[in-house]
Amino acid sequence: MTWGYFFKRVGLFFVVVLTAMTVNFIIAHSVPGDPIGGVISQMTSRGGAVENADEIIASYRQRFGLDQPILIQYVVYVWNTLQFDLGTSIIYFPQSVTGSIVAALPWTIGLLLVATVIAFSCGSVIGAMLAWSGTPRLARALAPLLMIFSSIPYYLLALILLYVFAVWPNWFPLGGGYSSGTVIGFNPASLLDLAYHAVLPALSIVLAGLGFWALGMRGAMINVLGEDYLTLAEGEGLSRRRIFLAYGMRNAMLPQVTNLALSLGTIASGSVLVEVAFGYPGIGFLLYDALRASDYFMIQGICFVLVLTVALAVLVLDLIYPLIDPRIAHR
Amino acid sequence: MSTATPITRPRGHAVLRGLAELGSNVKLTSGLVLVLSLVALAVIGPLLVDTEMARPISAPTNRPPSPDYLLGTDGGGRDLLAVIIASTPQTLRLGLLAGLIGTVGGTFLGLVAGFFGGWLDRIISTATDVVLTIPPLAILLIVAASVRSVSVEMMAFIIAALAWMHPARSIRAQVLSLRERAYVEIARISGMGDLRIALFEVLPNLLPLIMSSFVAAVSGAILAALGLEALGFGPQDTPTLGMTVYWSLLYGAFGRNMWWWWAPPIVILAILFIGLFLISVGLDEAVNPRLRRQA
Repeated sequence: MTWGYFFKRVGLFFVVVLTAMTVNFIIAHSVPGDPIGGVISQMTSRGGAVENADEIIASYRQRFGLDQPILIQYVVYVWNTLQFDLGTSIIYFPQSVTGSIVAALPWTIGLLLVATVIAFSCGSVIGAMLAWSGTPRLARALAPLLMIFSSIPYYLLALILLYVFAVWPNWFPLGGGYSSGTVIGFNPASLLDLAYHAVLPALSIVLAGLGFWALGMRGAMINVLGEDYLTLAEGEGLSRRRIFLAYGMRNAMLPQVTNLALSLGTIASGSVLVEVAFGYPGIGFLLYDALRASDYFMIQGICFVLVLTVALAVLVLDLIYPLIDPRIAHR
Repeated sequence: MSTATPITRPRGHAVLRGLAELGSNVKLTSGLVLVLSLVALAVIGPLLVDTEMARPISAPTNRPPSPDYLLGTDGGGRDLLAVIIASTPQTLRLGLLAGLIGTVGGTFLGLVAGFFGGWLDRIISTATDVVLTIPPLAILLIVAASVRSVSVEMMAFIIAALAWMHPARSIRAQVLSLRERAYVEIARISGMGDLRIALFEVLPNLLPLIMSSFVAAVSGAILAALGLEALGFGPQDTPTLGMTVYWSLLYGAFGRNMWWWWAPPIVILAILFIGLFLISVGLDEAVNPRLRRQA
């Protein structure tokens, strides 16, 4: 890996994070009037009296330096955010937004990571096999079904699974991340309980993703199979297994990894909604609560962390990429 | 099969061959049938069913399907058949509007970046990559949380602001390859200006790709809208399919086993997404014949 490539990728990461922060700031400030006053008055007008309203407003003014010029406000905001000072929750004042997010984040990352890895790897293998002439006809008949699943959004799939497996026969829990009364720890009973609650949310992410990755892999594999070096490999009498894995799949994986980096944002958005459908205690559900209560800083903070997580994942993928395809770092 | 790319031609009578050829785009046809049947529902439905019944308290509450109310009624006293018929066109309108704006903007940016290259390309490509990395929901929610009440049109505009990246990216890649073709070279040698080449030589050849980008953008826009609606940020006074799902879940339709409340909008949305998906796969296959073999 060249240093030029490294710095370019890291630079892009910071541009993404800064852009997200700037957009955030501009939107918050393009609403006429004092943002915090607006939020509080809106909450009171809905009938819910806000405790400590004056205290919240005062701490907000002081934190953002609202009597300062707009540029200073922007710098203060960026500085605070970079230090993960995301403000305090309005409903749970004075609990910090960062604290709530840190508690919820492991749930989301665990669910998202496991489900995406399963969907990506299984989907890629299935897609490669669909393009391969040696695959049994019966296996190919499954393809259209997978494609249909992939076109239905995560959220709808989650609701359908919820009904089919949890409401109707109640084989699985209706929601939540663990049974009430369970102490979470590293023991078999607790891990089993966690897995039991994660099956349906994970299944909806996997089912929706499987067809997408299979379809992409199939396209890439068909292109690779048309290359001359594959004909050469066959002419050399290499085993079919070896041709499939080392010559076909390895080369067809490259666009797949690029696609993974490109679609992580969409995947993260989708899984936030899956959490909402299942009441899974990750940041998606935290966001849902915050939205229903108009907890503005919480919403802002969660969106920032979402952007940060995805940008970090993309950065990691970008830095691993030259290991799979050495050409990329030299462009 | 011994070669890596076997080309299997259907044998037999010419008519059979023609049918097999048509069958190769069965996806495009079935996708069109699905989407057009929803359009028909949106156009013909209001003639048969009074959409005023989609307003709250116009029917008795919580009734299961019956001859009087074919899809039953919800907890707010809406006739759910009327709700479906009133909300399907709203969802379609939102998707078409946002998809159109996103595709036009993306095509313009992709064309400019790919054709003129240089610093313009660097700026546009970097911007595309940056915005693609940001989860769309994160930006949409911040906007929605600040704006509060949205109309269908406003929601379409907000979503369109994040719908241009994918078209821009794929159009740019295609333009880069078209730019080097012989006919562009000939046009250039015969003294045609850059703008005219871009508009009259390159753009027409992009049409299939623009069409499939448009379909994908419409589907993406409806998906983004569904995401906002699932969190309760849809239009509050106009019924849309996503908001109907949201209300049903909020008022416990699952727990009360009122399947007629939440199932129909989900079914319609699923048909819509599957239809759009089939159209876009069908279009891809029509453009790239290599994808056509095997299903």
